[in-house]
Amino acid sequence: MSFDAVIVGAGHNGLVTACYLARSGMKVCVVEKNDWIGGAAVSRELYPGFTYSNRSYVRSLFRPEIMRDLELARHGLQILPYEGGAVFQQDGGYLGMFRDHDANRREFARHSRRDAEAYDLYARDILRFCRFIRPMLMRTPPDPSSFRPRNLSELLWLGKQMGALSEGLRARMVQFWTMSIADFLDEYFESPVIKGYLAVSAIIGTALGPMSPGSAYVLLHHYMGDVDGNVGAWGFARGGMGAITKALTASLRASGGEVRVGQGVERILVRSGRAVGVALANGDEVHGARVISNMDVKRTFLRHVEEAELPEEFVKRVKAFKIRGSSGKLNIALDSAPVFPALPDGAPNIKGDLHFTDSVERMERGYDDWKAGQFSRDPFQDVMIPTMIDPTMTPPGKHFMSCFVQYAPPKIAGREWTDADRDAFRDTCLDQIAAYSPGFRDRVLHVEVRTPRELEAEVGLTEGNIFQGELTFDQLLFNRPVPGYAQYRSPIKGLWMCGSSTHPGGGVMGAPGRNAAAEVLREAGRKGGMSDAYAVL
Amino acid sequence: MPTRSSDILVIGGGVNGLACAARLAAKGRKVMLLEAADTVGGGAGAREFAPGYRAPALAHLTQGLDPRMAAGMDLVRHGLEFHPGLATTVLSGGDPLVVRGGTAEGPDSSAFAALHAKLSAFARVLAPFRQMTAPRLGAGNRWGGFLRHGLGVRALGRDDFRELLRMILINVHDVAEDELTDDRLKGLLAFDATLGAWLGPRSPNSLILYLDRLARGVDPLLPKGGMGALAVALGRAAEAAGVSLRTGARVAQVLVEGDRACGVALEGGEEVRAGLVVSAMNPRVTFQALVGAQALDAGFFKRTHHIRSRGGAAKLHLALKGAPGFAADLRSRLVIAASHDAVEAAFNPVKYGEVPEAPVMEVILPSAHEPGHAPEGGHVISAIVQFAPHAPKAGAEAAREAMLEASLRVLEAQAPGLRGLVVGAEMLMPYDIEDLFGMVGGNWHHGELAVEQMLFNRPMAEMAQYATPVPGLWLAGAGSHPGGGINGAAGWNAAGAILEARA
Repeated sequence: MSFDAVIVGAGHNGLVTACYLARSGMKVCVVEKNDWIGGAAVSRELYPGFTYSNRSYVRSLFRPEIMRDLELARHGLQILPYEGGAVFQQDGGYLGMFRDHDANRREFARHSRRDAEAYDLYARDILRFCRFIRPMLMRTPPDPSSFRPRNLSELLWLGKQMGALSEGLRARMVQFWTMSIADFLDEYFESPVIKGYLAVSAIIGTALGPMSPGSAYVLLHHYMGDVDGNVGAWGFARGGMGAITKALTASLRASGGEVRVGQGVERILVRSGRAVGVALANGDEVHGARVISNMDVKRTFLRHVEEAELPEEFVKRVKAFKIRGSSGKLNIALDSAPVFPALPDGAPNIKGDLHFTDSVERMERGYDDWKAGQFSRDPFQDVMIPTMIDPTMTPPGKHFMSCFVQYAPPKIAGREWTDADRDAFRDTCLDQIAAYSPGFRDRVLHVEVRTPRELEAEVGLTEGNIFQGELTFDQLLFNRPVPGYAQYRSPIKGLWMCGSSTHPGGGVMGAPGRNAAAEVLREAGRKGGMSDAYAVL
Repeated sequence: MPTRSSDILVIGGGVNGLACAARLAAKGRKVMLLEAADTVGGGAGAREFAPGYRAPALAHLTQGLDPRMAAGMDLVRHGLEFHPGLATTVLSGGDPLVVRGGTAEGPDSSAFAALHAKLSAFARVLAPFRQMTAPRLGAGNRWGGFLRHGLGVRALGRDDFRELLRMILINVHDVAEDELTDDRLKGLLAFDATLGAWLGPRSPNSLILYLDRLARGVDPLLPKGGMGALAVALGRAAEAAGVSLRTGARVAQVLVEGDRACGVALEGGEEVRAGLVVSAMNPRVTFQALVGAQALDAGFFKRTHHIRSRGGAAKLHLALKGAPGFAADLRSRLVIAASHDAVEAAFNPVKYGEVPEAPVMEVILPSAHEPGHAPEGGHVISAIVQFAPHAPKAGAEAAREAMLEASLRVLEAQAPGLRGLVVGAEMLMPYDIEDLFGMVGGNWHHGELAVEQMLFNRPMAEMAQYATPVPGLWLAGAGSHPGGGINGAAGWNAAGAILEARA
């Protein structure tokens, strides 16, 4: 039996592509090496009675258009918006964070009246930048070196978008795209803790420090999410991140698509220059008119395709694709709710992101450690306790805590991670939490530690990079993943890419998957029930 | 008693001020140039830092003068001559490596040649942008030149054009990793890209600074007679063009009447009036100190504080009683940088206002090229030492001492016995450079040369075409497009813009 499309990898992007293709009437099969579906967006029981979102942990970037098109709510997805969070300061104080602008402003005023005023300007500017860039997420990047009408008209469209802005805003936006978040924040704010809090989104998952030029853009990348049209808002998926991929799978099956788990792809089959299917680890072959890879670009082309099938220059570029991991993760089962004495009784902030990095300088020093091939001695952690909002994940009274840790290098001083390194990493992170939460260590029932080594081994993220490739300009837009191949096609006919290695990049966003599906459908001359990208704001 | 002796006043007698004044005067304008110091030259002057020892005060090499300026001012006729382009010797832990004219010795010889050819091709198509007024991102633009140069870029051909778009904002560390294996060459590439910048080689947007360097020239040049000789030639050429040079005249204020700049007040109270005022000073100094908030729109004035101007380079002068034992031709440019990581490591502490343990540096010995810089048998070391904090946490004195000590340690490792030869030493930290040359933050470019402060954003979007929001006041310094280095393009371009506006 032969499919219209074989999709390699059941991550969220692979599933999104599969869903759209299946809805257009194509016969679709997704093959997945793990026994579970979901790639990096999964919920798993790793300690009895506890559900872990053990990789990605919050949902914001996932595109609402996709949720609607694929009827994910009907297939069981429920998003729970959450409230703010807190940054704990070394001097015992804290900065509360709220989703409501005015609440944030009042809290800022407690630290600096000037910064509270500046926050209005800052929020206005960031919103403008978001508004400009969001429509680009759901479009195939034009190839500026091509004179084909479609590329020219896309470039023209981009020019028109620019033309709609005032001259001052254009100049400002070009600055914002290229500058460091530290410099950008310095133009608005004076309080170190406020700057430390606002810089966070610029470094998550990135091999850049807050003082690196280009980091301001990464902040935008994280701000583009919206929960029910509320821009920049974040939410949990009820039941953990796996709920997203579960709903996608249900939607796919409802459209007649198929998912096969437990057998990874060994080789992508290429016959006379055309992809015709995949060979699985157990020797089975799955044939299809096209193969669409959800794996990162290095894995796809350097491991599963014969090098002889590819142009030399392409292989060179793929080899040089930057995909250095920079993050780790701790997943913790807790016997009882942790306490943070710095917070007032009953403060809602514990239901959100908890940070312990109260200045940009501490964050940057953490990056210096990464550059030297070490995990940060004083890491940045984004700690969340989703069970404060979603009690379905643990037995009553117990809690699940997710700690996203920045920075952790793919290798320790040039050699592989050892178990001893991993334990030292874990203790560094736990000690940091315990310093702000007395008795914390006694509540810990179980800790799962994920360094870039584990992320690569299990999810197949090369070097443990959660975005399937770094988000710097040389790897964004028409440069992502490789110049000349940014339109989801590869040098091999019938072999496509749909993972986060492609535009617009990582995060549980689904945009690469949808854009790839749009290209496949366009070439096949089909309609896929794809609504227009939506531009509220 | 106000005097009006000229049509145009140029403030600041550095390379750009002189270039601008000379071009305007050559077109028949009556120009007076006001310089605070006793001689013109600014960053290109000379300085006796120890009895009998003279060093280039700040800049000690030029990557190439703007050819329009060199020809238009006929600098050769006014006595300017250069030594042959300097070869570079990279000194590190291992053997010295010589690089000249884009070719290197060693195992990476062919890889370096290929990389140099590729980057030179990029630099060639970008170079014309240096010689034009930056385009505006809005109406009232003259797109002709910009589009023509843009087509020049596209003429690279599809593959190279794509490669340029990929690399234009890339970091130099990754380029070194991708293309080279020899740590000495990686170190050199990283060093040259970040020389005078406030970023490390791992910072995105660092390669473009290397391209800008290549656009000016390959091997750096040393004027015969030292940098001071360049200043003298520029001054003579400006006078020959009809500029009236007035040294020892420190401007205290730009006079604004009826929303228009109409002259300056000197320290001491004298007023000098003119139809136009051109500031080749730092843009922040120009607006914050000379014009002042009361004559400016509040939002504009606030934004001038956002012109980033952190200096990360210190200048070291050593007076030696004998020849130092570097394993290199003393007439080459010595770059001490063990690897690209060493350059990054030298930048790390500076971010936090601390002094690096092992700074990287560019060393030249003017005394090895010709007599006159040091007493008989002696030598002068002039070194740009990176990176140095512009606002050290430890305080100015302590940081200067630590920087000197760290630098001597690095030098001693390359030239054993050097410490014993030192009879005089001077370490100019970025804050010293600010005091001496009016460079805010000690930044040599009068505003960081960084992508977000380039082209239509240099020094700010409102005045990227040399005209400022104050009618009658123009900018002509390194703070404007295309930036500094001993080059003169900014001043020459500014004069062009003024003439075109028939202002």
